[in-house]
Amino acid sequence: MSLAERVLDGEIRAAARLMRDIDDRFKSAVDELKILYPHTGKAYIIGITGPPGAGKSTLVDQVVAAYRKKDLLVGVVAIDPTSPFSGGAILGDRIRMNRHADDPGVFIRSLATRGALGGLSRSTMDVLNVMDAMGLDVIVVETVGVGQDEVDIVSTAHTTVVVMVPGLGDDIQAIKAGILEIGDVFVVNKADRDGADRTARELTAMLEMKHPEAGDWMPHVIKTEAAKGLGIDELVDEFEAHHSYLKESGALQRLIQERNAKIFADTLREELFESVFSGIKESGKYQQILDGMRDRSTDPYSAVEEVMAARSFS
Amino acid sequence: MAERRIRVLVGKPGLDGHDRGAKIIARALRDAGFEVIYTGLHQTPEQIVSAAIQEDVDCVALSILSGAHNTLLPAVREIMKEKGASDIVLMAGGVIPEDDIPGLKAAGIAEVFTPGTSTETIVAWMRDNVTPHA
Repeated sequence: MSLAERVLDGEIRAAARLMRDIDDRFKSAVDELKILYPHTGKAYIIGITGPPGAGKSTLVDQVVAAYRKKDLLVGVVAIDPTSPFSGGAILGDRIRMNRHADDPGVFIRSLATRGALGGLSRSTMDVLNVMDAMGLDVIVVETVGVGQDEVDIVSTAHTTVVVMVPGLGDDIQAIKAGILEIGDVFVVNKADRDGADRTARELTAMLEMKHPEAGDWMPHVIKTEAAKGLGIDELVDEFEAHHSYLKESGALQRLIQERNAKIFADTLREELFESVFSGIKESGKYQQILDGMRDRSTDPYSAVEEVMAARSFS
Repeated sequence: MAERRIRVLVGKPGLDGHDRGAKIIARALRDAGFEVIYTGLHQTPEQIVSAAIQEDVDCVALSILSGAHNTLLPAVREIMKEKGASDIVLMAGGVIPEDDIPGLKAAGIAEVFTPGTSTETIVAWMRDNVTPHA
């Protein structure tokens, strides 16, 4: 039986192995994903992002517990950085989620960024598809701790949650571009700390500058103390409100459309590059181009034009 | 064909709260290019095995300083067997008397490192003895 069939049969080890094959970019994983694809599209995906140390993992742990109380099956994809020097990684998000380790209704997978820069790993979307096909109802994606511009989560999750903590900067930080534009829900965690109210107020003020059209979603700021479980019920209610909004307003269809377009474009870009690049490497053309660039007899722009002209796409 | 990256779970079963050693090992394995899933303190054998399966690790490395190694380590191995995961290499380190090591090895613990072992020795052992799942 193929891995994909075993995944559909509910076999945990098969799912875990397939995720590994995806992460390690095994060609065979693509065939398995083809089998799973028709079984995906059912899970509700929540993305949680924010700076390192904001309490994302602890928040994820609480959100998992809240959804388990509703008797839903929950998946977690937690991403931590790969060392640019050794290629190794310490994936430590599970530390905060250990109480769910032996709950058969929860599947947690840690992924390393492996050089990807957008806050996720290249494999994230495909790993989500495996969890989706496993029949998990809610999947929480925790991004690597991000700064300002790592916004890949938006095109991956249905509901994007930006977690902030008091004391990270003044309100000018809040009106810059980047992660503060992407939230459907904002959280001020560690709300017992000094300055929490001020941070919440500044975020709210920033959000109110947006002037949403009638019927648009208006993000709210929720204060939590994840370590004590405070504010979690309100937070999960807000997720549910956003999920209902997506379904009822038609925004969900648009989101799915955009995401499908992105997945297709990403896959095409990768495959095209792989095929063209390995082609010119094998033919020796690649070396010729590099030699030409070295003595300035060719330039990268003409070289690419020439390579492209030699291929036909329909 | 793409290449496997070795994944190792580092954790501490049982009740002792000293994780300095486990963190040093985690860091050394990271620097050796492995992906380390660090699960932290106070793990039950069941939690460790579930996490190892979900993370599809090749090796579980446990640190024990509590003296409960003769109970906890064989328990982890038993649960691995029950769950069809005995292909995962189980090794341990910590304050473990030499006299206990043969018994642990007979129970399926692949290797036991005692205080004073260098991180290089442990990394080298892993490279030689842990083959990533095909």
